[in-house]
Amino acid sequence: MIQVPCPWCGPRNSMEFRAVGESKSRPDVATTTPEQWRQYLYTKSNLADWVTETWYHRAGCRRYFAVERHTVTNDIRESRLPAAQLRQKEGSGS
Amino acid sequence: MSKVRYPAKYSALGLIKHGLMKGDWPQVWRHHELKPSYDVVIVGAGVHGLATAYYLAKNHGITNVAILDKGYVGGGGSGRNTSIVRSNYLTPEGVRFYDRSVKLYEGLSADLNFNIMFSQMGHLTLAHNDSSLRTMRWRAEVNKLEGIDSDVIGPDEIKKLVPYMDTSENTRYPIVGALYHPPGGTVRHDAVNWGYARGADIRGCEIHQQTEVQSIETADGRVVAVDTNRGRIATRTVVNCTAGWASLINVMVGLKMPLVTHPLQAAVTEPVKKFLNAVVVSGSLHVYVSQTDRGELVFGASTDPYASYSMRGSLEFTEELAGHVLELMPGIAKMRLLRQWAGLCDMTPDFSPIMGITPVEGFLVDIGWGTYGFKAGPVSGESMAQLIATGTTPENIKAFDLARFPEGRLVGEKGAAAVGH
Repeated sequence: MIQVPCPWCGPRNSMEFRAVGESKSRPDVATTTPEQWRQYLYTKSNLADWVTETWYHRAGCRRYFAVERHTVTNDIRESRLPAAQLRQKEGSGS
Repeated sequence: MSKVRYPAKYSALGLIKHGLMKGDWPQVWRHHELKPSYDVVIVGAGVHGLATAYYLAKNHGITNVAILDKGYVGGGGSGRNTSIVRSNYLTPEGVRFYDRSVKLYEGLSADLNFNIMFSQMGHLTLAHNDSSLRTMRWRAEVNKLEGIDSDVIGPDEIKKLVPYMDTSENTRYPIVGALYHPPGGTVRHDAVNWGYARGADIRGCEIHQQTEVQSIETADGRVVAVDTNRGRIATRTVVNCTAGWASLINVMVGLKMPLVTHPLQAAVTEPVKKFLNAVVVSGSLHVYVSQTDRGELVFGASTDPYASYSMRGSLEFTEELAGHVLELMPGIAKMRLLRQWAGLCDMTPDFSPIMGITPVEGFLVDIGWGTYGFKAGPVSGESMAQLIATGTTPENIKAFDLARFPEGRLVGEKGAAAVGH
């Protein structure tokens, strides 16, 4: 079992979550060819190392957030709001 | 070719003779010093890598082959799977491919002179609702068109095949039917690994255990050498047969592929007298059960829900698995679990493998074997050997090429390969 620290709800059993997958930047829909889009959809780094990924707390706050997890040991060193939300928060604070 | 037959051919007479003598059986395959170059370097000494070497030597006479493994023969998915063999897939390409593998398995004990204990006890995929039953019917029709023995049966017939199954309507997930595939069954997976290893070794291929590939050298877009913890090997052909670890080898030549590694857990009970005469699979309950010739029940589940290279078991898995097995067969509630383990599955988006050439010349892949690699070992070895020897992709693996992802030609086998769908 692994425990996932949700930034909203605190540490919870991983069964409450959906592991969405490794974080990557979405290409611009307007200028992307189907081949590039499929590349974005399918291709993965699949590292055996520290990775940044997206998790979704489906049986909790139902929010998406970023997690830094080591895929060999399953240790988690950080969980935080997704980059876009962090930017938004900073923007609204100033 | 090989200088001596090493060890001698196995036979009933040999067994009696050896039983009367003292001493160990001779080692099944030899230890070698690493040579500075090989014609073909296969990474991963599992069933796929060993079968590729075996068929390279047997069918094509290519014996200057090294099979490298960072661990030991059959220590990855090849020794961790639940050893189910079947061909009742969903796409015509898949059905034809896996059926060739079943045919090879049927003759493999004689071919390898090694008893692989293939028990074709029959294979049942249970349906608990109308939509599952519809997929079963679809699969049965595709199977029949390809000449495979496969049909949908009702609860009464299931009860006849597996009397211990709870086919009543008073369960949480009542059984409404099943896809029945009589040629399906189980094999002793270690015997397949050892048999192929022995067969490849006899024909002159070299198995190098505890030899880890650390980097792959390329020049002008083609493979020229492999660096290992035991030294450098010059070669023009490298085959990646590392399943769960495939992405870590691919990245050495700068390739990224549509693979995500998930652990898959399995468990085995104490041995009891034979009572289960079929492989039973339930997609809705995420479980498959079979009984080995030694009497243990082997349970498998769906993959863990997050990507990981960790092979530790988890309590949730055991709990959920036990609950689901008892849902199907309440009578075994008193049986005790002996042990559980996990293997790594390199899942692809369409539940079909990635086989053949890559943009890096001389770097071939036989990966993306997810949860269905063991049953495809023989046919993959045969096809990859043909590709290496002739330079032309065999017809039966053309659909599984890497280019299908950017080109959008997926071979969707999720309805037939995934347990949890």
